[in-house]
Amino acid sequence: MHPFAYVAPKTVSEAVSVLAEHGDRARPLAGGTDLLVKARANVWDLDAVVDVKNIPELMSLSINGAGLSIGAGVPCCQVYEHKDIQEQYPGIIDGASIIGGIQIQSRAGLGGNLCNAAPSGDGIPALIAYSAVAKISGPNGNREVAVEDFATGPSRTVLENGELLTSIEIPKPAANSGAAYTRFIPRNEMDIAVAGVGVFVQLDSEGKKFESARIALASVGPTPILAQKAGDSLAGKPVNDESIASAASLAKDAASPITDMRGTVDQRKHLVEVLTGRMLNQAIERARG
Amino acid sequence: MTTNSPSKVHITTTINGQQHELLVPGYMSLLDTLRELIGLTGTKEGCLDGNCGACTVSVDGRIVDSCLVLGAEVDGKEVDTVEGMASPDGLHPLQQAFLEEAALQCGICTPGFLVAAKGLLDNEPSPSEDRIRHWLAGNLCRCTGYDKIVRAVQKASS
Ligand SMILES: Cc1cc2nc3c(=O)[nH]c(=O)nc-3n(C[C@H](O)[C@H](O)[C@H](O)COP(=O)(O)OP(=O)(O)OC[C@H]3O[C@@H](n4cnc5c(N)ncnc54)[C@H](O)[C@@H]3O)c2cc1C
Ligand code: FES
Ligand code: FES
Repeated sequence: MHPFAYVAPKTVSEAVSVLAEHGDRARPLAGGTDLLVKARANVWDLDAVVDVKNIPELMSLSINGAGLSIGAGVPCCQVYEHKDIQEQYPGIIDGASIIGGIQIQSRAGLGGNLCNAAPSGDGIPALIAYSAVAKISGPNGNREVAVEDFATGPSRTVLENGELLTSIEIPKPAANSGAAYTRFIPRNEMDIAVAGVGVFVQLDSEGKKFESARIALASVGPTPILAQKAGDSLAGKPVNDESIASAASLAKDAASPITDMRGTVDQRKHLVEVLTGRMLNQAIERARG
Repeated sequence: MTTNSPSKVHITTTINGQQHELLVPGYMSLLDTLRELIGLTGTKEGCLDGNCGACTVSVDGRIVDSCLVLGAEVDGKEVDTVEGMASPDGLHPLQQAFLEEAALQCGICTPGFLVAAKGLLDNEPSPSEDRIRHWLAGNLCRCTGYDKIVRAVQKASS
């Protein structure tokens, strides 16, 4: 590992000033499950890592009438062990509970998953489906970015020099809504998604019609993708196999995967269609309670 | 003045119940901190990328891959390693069960499996076989085929 200094600021402004000072020779450290693997592989030349886990704001996890706020350093285990999150945000749990194994989940968080910006990030599609927003602090103040706009390419994000993700804000889901995420992997655990699909649906009070829907895809493009047309196609449609099949087909059209060692273009597109159908059905079941 | 070098971090940590004060280089993993600075070589190095679990230790009661933690991060925390499992009275029930069920061959994966399994049984004394297999998915063994390991964990559970 390239020798770097370890800095553990206690406030956001301290972290921002260290990051700004070092530019791309310093990186924030959350759970380290991507960062330390990449540091060891000498992906970057680092002078410093800035541990964000001593900043109380980045470690806070709160849920209230407005929604769910997940500090950028909160590990997955705390998210999926939280009773209220289990009840109100099952789609978030679906993602958080399949990132790596138990050892990884003790450390890895949704904030790190988002900032790492892998197309396969399992935490990201559900966040997009729930219309989550990333809160950012930097040398020029604070700003917010929709999660679907956060990654700009593989390992690339909207974060500018000195900027830090502070939290992910997820609005309170409407009544009669449900969400779900799954991925396809050849093993049972501990693998990188060949394709992943997260959905959010809001039904009418009878549970018979879609009010709205959002569908997001992983591992089928340079970034996680919001399949806007596919989700929008469901608004006002009856909840039946036909609506679901046509949305799944539009989701397939939104996928632009590559062929690599994990899967081919055709297999991945097919997976998106199948998984979208399954996740819509699961989210509908959850919405109906 | 190596002790004052800015890249070294002064930490106080409790390892297997014993307090240690250390100066660790900022980039040194917890795995190397344990093995090289403290001399606790029970924790093993396998893949160095979070896949094999041979380096599993517990930090404040949660199991982690010590190859993906920096030594500097455990300031003020409690670290438990395989060396802390046996007591003067004898082996930990998991260690005894691993012996009786022949749940090891070369043994390189064993400390990681023991610490991981302890993390499960400390919180869930009687997990199902599925739960055990799921919990241990972050530990790899290329010798035993896992069945004997799972049986040993079942034997040690109540
Ligand atoms: C064995 C193994 C299995 C894995 N399995 C999966 C899996 O199944 N699915 C999956 O999606 N991922 C998986 N991963 C990848 C990784 O665990 C996840 O991406 C995880 O969510 C990263 O979170 P972290 O907190 O560890 O991030 P870190 O490694 O701490 O950070 C990740 C990146 O984000 C930056 N960063 C961190 N925090 C901030 C911040 N607050 N502001 C700005 N930038 C920041 C870091 O500098 C770094 O570049 C796996 C990794 C390993 C080692
Ligand atoms: S050496 Fe740490 S997980 Fe393999
Ligand atoms: S006993 Fe050899 S790797 Fe497990």
